[in-house]
Amino acid sequence: MKILVCISQVPDTSTKVVLKDNSTTIESAGVSYIINPYDEWYALVRAIELKESGVASDIDLVTVGKANTEPVIRKALALGGDKAIRIDADCSDPYLTAVYIAEYARNMDYDLILCGKESIDYNNGTVGSMLAELLDMDYIGFATEIKAEGNTAIVKREIEGGEETDSCKFPLVISCQKGVAEARIANMRGIMAARTRPLTVITPSVDDPLTSILSYELPPAKAGVRLIDPADMDELVELLHTEAKVI
Amino acid sequence: MSVIVFVEHDAGTIKKKNFEAVQYASGIAKKIGTTVTAVILGIIDNAEIEKLGAYGAQKVLHVEDSRLDELHPRAYTSALSSAIEKEGAKIIITLNDINGRAFAPRVAAKLKAGLVVGALTYPDMDKGFVIKKAVYSGKAFACVNITSDKKVIMLMPNTFPITETAGKTVIEKLVVDFSEKDFGIKVKEVSKVTGEVSLSDASLVVSGGRGMNGPENWYLVEDLAKELGAATACSRPVSDADWRPHHEHVGQTGGTIRPDLYIAVGISGAIQHLAGVNGSKTIVVINRDPEAPFFKAANYGVVGDAMEVLPRLTEAVKKFKQHK
Repeated sequence: MKILVCISQVPDTSTKVVLKDNSTTIESAGVSYIINPYDEWYALVRAIELKESGVASDIDLVTVGKANTEPVIRKALALGGDKAIRIDADCSDPYLTAVYIAEYARNMDYDLILCGKESIDYNNGTVGSMLAELLDMDYIGFATEIKAEGNTAIVKREIEGGEETDSCKFPLVISCQKGVAEARIANMRGIMAARTRPLTVITPSVDDPLTSILSYELPPAKAGVRLIDPADMDELVELLHTEAKVI
Repeated sequence: MSVIVFVEHDAGTIKKKNFEAVQYASGIAKKIGTTVTAVILGIIDNAEIEKLGAYGAQKVLHVEDSRLDELHPRAYTSALSSAIEKEGAKIIITLNDINGRAFAPRVAAKLKAGLVVGALTYPDMDKGFVIKKAVYSGKAFACVNITSDKKVIMLMPNTFPITETAGKTVIEKLVVDFSEKDFGIKVKEVSKVTGEVSLSDASLVVSGGRGMNGPENWYLVEDLAKELGAATACSRPVSDADWRPHHEHVGQTGGTIRPDLYIAVGISGAIQHLAGVNGSKTIVVINRDPEAPFFKAANYGVVGDAMEVLPRLTEAVKKFKQHK
């Protein structure tokens, strides 16, 4: 089985957002970048587990990004990919990101395409579903468990207020979240080996984006906390009713 | 040219967030001088569908096929596509929830429509078609301009209060020519947690962190949640330690929620946690450490031990309900 894992570079979760250029850009100086946690902790690690258990033969990694995303894709290779593809483009429009990955993956005979449930920067969670449409595959989102039984994937996924178990024949696209895999850390041997694993850069066909971000805003500052005497919870309830009007 | 809005139902019952989506579609339709057509799939009574009229749907296209009671993203995409074609629609509204995420991006890719996920405002048409959405899990907002002819907007639930009107709707059956491929996913088993309020829909949430000291104390959180009719949530260290199930984890790498009231108990308020909850309308923080960063993001704060404060608060809520 051939698996493709979609990797996105995102700012570290401790990043404080600072705006610049008249609020049209988010400051990138001083920001450290990581593999999107959902892509790393769940999609990639599950792919590695499937390879270790003999189910998968190849794990390819793909990212859409400029040259500055290479350290992150190298780190993903160190965790366990066989080879990586960087599609040399900015990925600000989710549709274009999906189009570029689909263009690469179309004739590669992947049985399973894994991605994280969303990236923690733009919180769209759309690339997997769009990719499935562009590649004429099925798509299961918010997976919490992925198994393979012959030519069929058995997938547990989150539904509102519970869980559902689905089965679907390969090939398909799955977006992953907590539960899908156990956390792991790249070891030294992996990091050394990753240097020799191939990283191919390809140039996508040009396409027009369907959206663009005009500007950013920061959340309004809170007016300040009102402290309540811990012995007087009646007052808190009263304020929630009369002032905040939430109960 | 009507605005299309997709309406979900849960075994024949339409939840509030869908009325919100219909009302949102209606707001856009009025701005551009057109009407709203809702699309609903599966088995549901006409009486329930007619409720959509009160929120601005002039017409409902009902695809009455029991297979659609389960989520089949491809079949949903086919059904929506035929409704869009029939109506000549250019603007499509869905919710940004688990089901919406499964098929709305598919629809967008199929139509080559620009997509905004988690819309928080009506489109500003003076500057193009600009919609605000949260990025970095709520640490900032982006104003996204959709430049394509067709547009898909996934509305963030619980963004606008809903108001019933005297509007009526007309129901039409829509027959869709599904292919076998549309039902490639087979549902083997469904397990729903019953009796609890689901976190993504909840307007009130009580959440616990490491300050709860251990899973054995969680009954204090649950008692308060039960008294309020609230859902329960937790911080990442708590779900990592398996004190609570993973789906309760809210924060930048967990779920993002925007309830009316978020009560955080024993959670220090790391930036990653705040990102998942700072869309909440009112935040109450209970923590024994007066220096906890969460107090800066709170509307109301209680400096005290959760073990003592929680039972007192639960009691106060009980008393309030009796005298209301």
